[in-house]
Amino acid sequence: MTKEHLLKVLEKGIRYDGRKLTEYRPIKIETNISKSAEGSAKITIGETELIAGVKLGIETPYPDTPNQGNLMVNVELLPMSNSEFEVGPPGDNAVELARVVDRGIRESKAINTKKLCVKEKEKVWSVMIDICTINAAGGLFDAATLGAIAALQSTTMPKLEETTVNYDEKTKEKLPITRDPITVTVYKIGPYLIVDPLPEEEKEADARLTIALTRENTICALQKGGTEPLTTEIIEQMITIAQEKAPQLRKHLK
Amino acid sequence: MTYTKRFDGRGQEDLRPIEAKAGIIPNADGSAMFKIGNTVALAAVYGPRDLRPKFMQNPSTGILRCNYNMMPFSGHGERVRPGGGRRAKEISMIMQKALAPVLNLKEYPNTVVDVFVELPQTDAGTRCAGITAAAIALADAGLEMKDLVSALAVGKVGGTIISDLTYNEEAYEEEGGSTDIPVAIIPSTGEITLLQLDGELTKDELTQALELAKKSAAKIYKVQQEALKARFK
Repeated sequence: MTKEHLLKVLEKGIRYDGRKLTEYRPIKIETNISKSAEGSAKITIGETELIAGVKLGIETPYPDTPNQGNLMVNVELLPMSNSEFEVGPPGDNAVELARVVDRGIRESKAINTKKLCVKEKEKVWSVMIDICTINAAGGLFDAATLGAIAALQSTTMPKLEETTVNYDEKTKEKLPITRDPITVTVYKIGPYLIVDPLPEEEKEADARLTIALTRENTICALQKGGTEPLTTEIIEQMITIAQEKAPQLRKHLK
Repeated sequence: MTYTKRFDGRGQEDLRPIEAKAGIIPNADGSAMFKIGNTVALAAVYGPRDLRPKFMQNPSTGILRCNYNMMPFSGHGERVRPGGGRRAKEISMIMQKALAPVLNLKEYPNTVVDVFVELPQTDAGTRCAGITAAAIALADAGLEMKDLVSALAVGKVGGTIISDLTYNEEAYEEEGGSTDIPVAIIPSTGEITLLQLDGELTKDELTQALELAKKSAAKIYKVQQEALKARFK
């Protein structure tokens, strides 16, 4: 499929799969799908499927945040999920994806990290989010953030005995999640703006902008990608689309 | 015998509840999920496809390559660091040996069939669940196969020979502790393609355990076949 053909189709205001330009594929979220994790969620957007899992552990806090818990986000673009992905340490795409999800959560202060302090300067809870792709078929940015938030919201604290974690005993206490940022990534293909791309649309996109939004529709992280530059007018249009879409996506969260 | 009543109330020869589904990953050429108790294995098959680097290619046959990986949050207790270690490397290798005998890749020289096994949730028996899922996925990919491969762990816990050990049973410490024997079987011939053992037992006990493994593998085989039938209905 050539770009020319794709642009002709988009000109009619429809996509290869019949969607409108700013319409997502069907979204489904299922939580607590891994009993080994403290929290987990499986999210599907169309044929894209990924699992987000949360593990909690006790670590030393960072020197600049001695009374706050640690956060780590990691993305595994598993070779199982796409023929183009390879075995090995995370590549550029996986690292960018992880960092964008991380910033949305961190900058909106979605986790009340002060409540995760066990002993100042010495012991804090560490929240480790791993996102694993099961079937990568476009639109991973938005799926990853949505999955991460759903997993965080389902997370319960394991029992802390002195300074070691007893993973066999789960408490009823939930991880303190105070906000629910989500991302909407808007892609520009020629003059057209679309969301939730199919893999063939993603490949032909000139630029993309990932916009992390809080429930109040404020912007808490941005990431521009792709090879082409964007004008401020286009950026504003992209944000308007994102602000329209965000509440719809958030409906899938609890 | 000190271990007469199992932690989860199962009989000595009983398996945990099992479930299988073929065709779970649209991007893959073949795929499957296999669940036994709280252990869940996902398997995806890609290929036969071009093998890189080229010097690894075999002009007389295609080759099978397996990759076993626990998702970082799937372990018992702390997070498992991604990237695999010596354990994952060894398991990937023995999975390959367990599955290769049922495949005929002569028709596909210079190619590779990649099998990726991922575990989102574990409670012992992961390599066996992985092999079982991978066998379904290979069949789902439409590859020529002599038979499926069915795998499970049998063992001896507190003097009792049992089927399908859980994490708690593997960790049993009283009376001789626990012996864990992962076995993979070609059901139609009864041949064994994977055999490992950690623990200690007599030759007679091993014979008894392997007999139990064959009986148990037959139950798994049935579920594998049903999953494939459901897929191609």
